[in-house]
Amino acid sequence: MAAFAATAGGLLRLRAAGSEGQWRRLRGAGLLRGLLQPESATGVAAQRRRVAHFTFQPDPEPREYGQTQKMNLFQAITSALDNSLAKDPTAVIFGEDVAFGGVFRCTVGLRDKYGKDRVFNTPLCEQGIVGFGIGIAVTGATAIAEIQFADYIFPAFDQIVNEAAKYRYRSGDLFNCGSLTIRAPWGCVGHGALYHSQSPEAFFAHCPGIKVVVPRSPFQAKGLLLSCIEDKNPCIFFEPKILYRAAVEQVPVEPYNVPLSQAEVIQEGSDVTLVAWGTQVHVIREVAAMAQEKLGVSCEVIDLRTILPWDVDTVCKSVIKTGRLLISHEAPLTGGFASEISSTVQRSRAIQRAVTGRHPVCRVPSTLPDA
Amino acid sequence: MAVAAAAARVWGSSRGLDRAGLLLLRRPGARGLARSLPRRQEQQHFPSLDDKPQFPGASAEFIDKLEFIQPNVISGIPVYRVMDRQGQIINPSEDPHLPQEKVLKFYRSMTLLNTMDRILYESQRQGRISFYMTNYGEEGTHVGSAAALDNTDLVFGQYREAGVLMYRDYPLELFMAQCYGNVSDLGKGRQMPVHYGCRERHFVTISSPLATQIPQAVGAAYAAKRANANRVVICYFGEGAASEGDAHAGFNFAATLECPIIFFCRNNGYAISTPTSEQYRGDGIAARGPGYGIMSIRVDGNDVFAVYNATKEARRRAVAENQPFLIEAMTYRIGHHSTSDDSSAYRSVDEVNYWDKQDHPISRLRHYLQSRGWWDDEQEKAWRKQSRKKVMEAFEQAERKPKPSPSLLFSDVYQEMPAQLRKQQEALARHLQTYGEHYPLDHFEK
Repeated sequence: MAAFAATAGGLLRLRAAGSEGQWRRLRGAGLLRGLLQPESATGVAAQRRRVAHFTFQPDPEPREYGQTQKMNLFQAITSALDNSLAKDPTAVIFGEDVAFGGVFRCTVGLRDKYGKDRVFNTPLCEQGIVGFGIGIAVTGATAIAEIQFADYIFPAFDQIVNEAAKYRYRSGDLFNCGSLTIRAPWGCVGHGALYHSQSPEAFFAHCPGIKVVVPRSPFQAKGLLLSCIEDKNPCIFFEPKILYRAAVEQVPVEPYNVPLSQAEVIQEGSDVTLVAWGTQVHVIREVAAMAQEKLGVSCEVIDLRTILPWDVDTVCKSVIKTGRLLISHEAPLTGGFASEISSTVQRSRAIQRAVTGRHPVCRVPSTLPDA
Repeated sequence: MAVAAAAARVWGSSRGLDRAGLLLLRRPGARGLARSLPRRQEQQHFPSLDDKPQFPGASAEFIDKLEFIQPNVISGIPVYRVMDRQGQIINPSEDPHLPQEKVLKFYRSMTLLNTMDRILYESQRQGRISFYMTNYGEEGTHVGSAAALDNTDLVFGQYREAGVLMYRDYPLELFMAQCYGNVSDLGKGRQMPVHYGCRERHFVTISSPLATQIPQAVGAAYAAKRANANRVVICYFGEGAASEGDAHAGFNFAATLECPIIFFCRNNGYAISTPTSEQYRGDGIAARGPGYGIMSIRVDGNDVFAVYNATKEARRRAVAENQPFLIEAMTYRIGHHSTSDDSSAYRSVDEVNYWDKQDHPISRLRHYLQSRGWWDDEQEKAWRKQSRKKVMEAFEQAERKPKPSPSLLFSDVYQEMPAQLRKQQEALARHLQTYGEHYPLDHFEK
């Protein structure tokens, strides 16, 4: 269900038609490919289920944050949570099954270390988990809520959209729930089907007042999660579940921050800008390598990292340079976050000026604030 | 041990096995068993287990007769009251013996609220404010409960609890400012009228969605418990809001997480036009409490002393024992749901008049005050005049003030203003520069 939103609309610098055809062919490739490997001598084809459609690409070991340790994604999350509970005595972690370590082992060891009043199970009720978390945050304490799968976040949609996002605005800044962070496993894992695979970031992108973040790797995850927890706005942190074990790299043991609302250009290029987040970043990195090798096309690869508020400037700057934009996400195409990116890029005055040399037509501002 | 291992193969679960194994291998007396059991190698017979269910999910005896539990709705949980409808104390041992000044404060808060309600309702009818909700008939629930709390106890309300703020001395000027959405509004003019909030008085800003405050209040109570703050959280809601999923969530979390919270349900008979017979089939909201493991009581909400006593005791125990309490205050919504409602469409004027004339919290308290010699007709007349004057002054002042600046449309969405919002704010400013004449900018601060 990868979505390709190529925006060539107002941009006039086109390459040869042949390369366009190549792009269209790639669009048809499905996200999951099973591989058949004949194994036995009798020639009976034995199917070994191989569902990873990408190879995780670790980043080079970070040097500026002190000692590092080999961690996978869930261990990096545990490390971030450990750091948070160590330095913030008000911080608590709660949700379904977090006490024994969590269904994805993100909270292993934390209850023993910090006590049962700080790491605890709640009843099975997402609207309760988020509402409860908002209440903790209203008193100024740090609330780290876990929703077991992003697919199950919807009962909490009212609490997130109508309450958490609007708490500060509607009270005239008398009250806020900025110290709330909601974590949820996100995205395709291969066998998850409809209800253990969703990427619901687009639903929340439409909601000013919250932040939405998706890391691509253990190092990014720890730094981004720490930033979310410390951020003074309610944040939703989606963790690509397929990367929990599959992504391994060197991660600093001490706390550090990766900034929110800043996209990262992880590979520079000149012919086309590729934008993705989470697991798909690794897919488009492979695509960039293939494009270079087979088509001689130089791709600039951007990891968006924060979906809301997103880094418009970095993406636009890149598109001004390359002239082409391709966005890829697991979530459904219609209304997916790629449409927000592509329409903003096309509307952008900087881009329109770069293309036409003239000022674009004025836009009528909306009557309600939107991020 | 061999028997235990064999039992493991029969039952599978190691947890269940441990219990069975322990029953076999422990000395008699463990887990209430008096008999000692012979260890058998071949037979899987555990007579002790027949006597008591071992399910982790419930602690109960066996029964061999098929019987459904009949929900008791004919004669439900009794209604606790201290005064009769004429304001006379029924059982002297339940009289809270509050000092005169305090009871007079009750009376003044309730009547001032009533006066403010009349004037602001009227002001909506005249097009001066956009919307209003009165509190007629429920003043006792607000003031009785507020008086039983500490001033620093955190309040989460629904929308019909203005008397709590009134009791905490929220100035008329700020009530009006919020309803008019003028520059003095602490909420910066962003919400519809009656969506009050006050950090200083520990009253969390009201929001329109119903029952969302319930699990939030529970979270706040949990944080208060962790902070050893000696604080209770009180959460108000109506019997209609109690049907929401968030109410169920809040009750369950409060009980399982052992939170010092008072759930205060104003059962006023209607949720807009929906009577209680269409809202629930059980014995109101109080009967739900025990289902969650919550201490519960039903009180006469029009009896300010009953409300006071119940809230006071609930507060004491909630903080001391870290457990939730549920108070269902029975009352009647004398006014319409709001200025957008005409309740004659779904209930008789006679019904409303009964409550207004025969069982009103303000009248009952006035009779009590008069019988104690703490109030008389002259004071009543003087106070009515004075309270009306105070309200009118605040009202006229509020009318004259401008509305907040349009730039405040964009702040506080986040703590810091992100680039995209700043761009929109600037775009609006440019738009108003060119087309400002089409907007009533004179009424707004720059």
